[in-house]
Amino acid sequence: MNLDPTPADEAFRAEVAQWLRTHLVGEFAALKFRGGPGDEEYEPALRKRWEQELAAGGWTCVGWPREFGGRGLSIEQQVIFHEEYARAGGPGRMGHIGEGLIGPTLIQFGTPAQQRRFLPEIVAGREFWAQGYSEPGAGSDLANVQTRCWQQADGSWCVQGQKIWTSLAHESDWIFVLARSEPGSKGNKGLSFLLLPLDQPGIEIRPIRQLGGGAEFNEVYFDGALAQADHIVGAPGEGWKVAMGLLDVERGVSTLGQQMRFAHELALIIEAARRNGRARDPAIRARIAHAWCGLRVMRYNALRMLAPSDGNPLGLRREALIYKYYWSNWHRDLGELAMDVLGAEGSVISDDPAVRPLQQMAFFSRADTIYAGTNEIQLNLIAERGLGMPREPRPAG
Amino acid sequence: MRLALTDDQLMIRDAAERFLGDVSDSAAVRRAMAGELGYEPMVWRRIAEELGWCALAIDERYGGLGLGPVELVLIQEQAGRRLLCAPFFSTVCVAATLIDAIGTDAARAQWLPRIAAGACTLGVPLYGAFDAAASEVRALGAHVDGARVRLDGMVAQVADGASADVLLLLAKTEGGFGLFAVERGAPGVEIAALPTFDRTRRFARVHCDGVPARRIDDAARIAKGLPRAAALLRLYLAAEQLGCAQQCLDLTVAYTAQRRQFGRPIAAFQAVKHRCAQMMVKIEALRSAVYGAAAAAADARVPTRALAMDCTMARLIAVDAAFYCAQEAIQLHGGVGFTWEYDPQLYFKRALAAANWFGRAEHLAAELADAVFEEGV
Repeated sequence: MNLDPTPADEAFRAEVAQWLRTHLVGEFAALKFRGGPGDEEYEPALRKRWEQELAAGGWTCVGWPREFGGRGLSIEQQVIFHEEYARAGGPGRMGHIGEGLIGPTLIQFGTPAQQRRFLPEIVAGREFWAQGYSEPGAGSDLANVQTRCWQQADGSWCVQGQKIWTSLAHESDWIFVLARSEPGSKGNKGLSFLLLPLDQPGIEIRPIRQLGGGAEFNEVYFDGALAQADHIVGAPGEGWKVAMGLLDVERGVSTLGQQMRFAHELALIIEAARRNGRARDPAIRARIAHAWCGLRVMRYNALRMLAPSDGNPLGLRREALIYKYYWSNWHRDLGELAMDVLGAEGSVISDDPAVRPLQQMAFFSRADTIYAGTNEIQLNLIAERGLGMPREPRPAG
Repeated sequence: MRLALTDDQLMIRDAAERFLGDVSDSAAVRRAMAGELGYEPMVWRRIAEELGWCALAIDERYGGLGLGPVELVLIQEQAGRRLLCAPFFSTVCVAATLIDAIGTDAARAQWLPRIAAGACTLGVPLYGAFDAAASEVRALGAHVDGARVRLDGMVAQVADGASADVLLLLAKTEGGFGLFAVERGAPGVEIAALPTFDRTRRFARVHCDGVPARRIDDAARIAKGLPRAAALLRLYLAAEQLGCAQQCLDLTVAYTAQRRQFGRPIAAFQAVKHRCAQMMVKIEALRSAVYGAAAAAADARVPTRALAMDCTMARLIAVDAAFYCAQEAIQLHGGVGFTWEYDPQLYFKRALAAANWFGRAEHLAAELADAVFEEGV
């Protein structure tokens, strides 16, 4: 086991911190600790400019290989970047779908022309992406996609159907869509992976108002929407492979940044408890101690995920299998703790920067155990892949 | 920054897994439980002589191998899995750690080589807070800082107290407290083996009535040494509880795969699968905590306070994971889980007993809360 950062890593950490200290200022100062999950509607235009500021400093797509415009950082340095970004209160990234999902997908599966067309715009923070996977009938059963697509005489693809839970579609330029290209096919067979501009007559975006009052998710309707002939990723019918092809290792890296945000939230809770006297309540103190333990567990768990493999691909390793279930339930509990610490004050919608983020977190964290694999799906995966127990019914094919 | 075991560490872990699977299977544990001594002397001899586990974490100066807490943690995990009945925990994990941390140079030179060689066993109380607990026994005599003093008082539960060669007791002194070594057969020592539910780790009540003892701590080392030692003890126990929890899950997954009801293995029911998955979540969380704290313990630059917080964290979640997994193992085994014949009961009893060692959960949480409020997140 090795917890040692090298001198080069330490220098890099100082470089990141210094850059953020000198750039997260002026108009961008208003973005500190804002724009994360539950707060994604905050100042989108300013946050897009922030993406371009990051890009100018070379701080977008830091883990991408250099030949695709990335910074080519080692895993250690990516972790450091995410940690320092979160520590400095770096705003929620408008570009994270592009940088974290479609970019790596195009690097792995895209044609050289697609890479040339799309990657530089993502790196520069000029084009923003939305993800079109989920549908009203394809939630946990994601392969049950019903949105259809077919190729027209000129080679372009026509898309008909509906996507849902599309984060920030109303602020995005492009959407990648999983659609059924083989009529009559079922499950994960016969799907294709298409890239569509959102600003076109065949697409309508409607916001979904969430239980906390915000509306960062959308429904996206496709009625004869068009994708260019060369904007299909992978072969027709091979879309599932493309959609599932992303390496889990990306997650291990960004989780350490996520944990810095969690630590910030716990620190806000402790401050609130000090302010209103709940810090003297032994039951509250014990819950804060348990929350702190969870943070330490997540940190060491992420370090296990980043450790060299003992032979298993990451997605099958035990610490990686439990991670989503662990952090999402921890975070949901943290929301409950926040409201218990705030007490009656928590029932009143607040503008106080010491209170408002906790309220947002308390409501938005209810989604954590639902998106990206519900608790119930996660427990199936853990039992089946981690413990080898019998499998639940699977989509046909 | 990466957490990974070295090849040597993996070898030690795998050897422990094989050896204990062989000599400490359910039948062997039950034989040891039924015996008066509480363990099989031949197994203990092999641990000391063949495997060298007693010497692992002891400094080379004192005849040890000079390896660290990580290696001991890996062995403790396997020992917990197999409920190893042996004086290993009291003597090697607890007594040697205490003597190394706060003993005088003379005491370290006297005891550590003997422990490393497996030449003596020590019984110790498993206190949550050493300074407070010391008031159970008083050191008598005007000159407790010299070699020979007498002890007076009672210790309610001393691990391996009825079988160990020497008892290591904390006693209140005029200036605070000290660590004392008492021969088990010394005049004035009265030992009552306790009929504990968990027969895999034995305890005895020890009465001292003017018992001659040697003070072995270096008072100057207590302030710095004891907090670190206390942290390591919690870590070693947490590692053991990790092994206990893992075995509860392994037994349950195996049993539910072969037990059939309604025409299929009960493992195919989601109600069963999800509970096993939740056991695995707690176990892997604990494993991350234990391995992370062990890595911190092996890194000399980590301040004692931070190490203590990590070890207390590991121990706190170990209390929950060990009990939860034992409880679920009993429940998911159904009727047979309630029998003496099946093993879940052994882990359940160990979980209940271990909840009291080195601080109960509510005490650990309060201690951690104080630290978090002082140190920040």
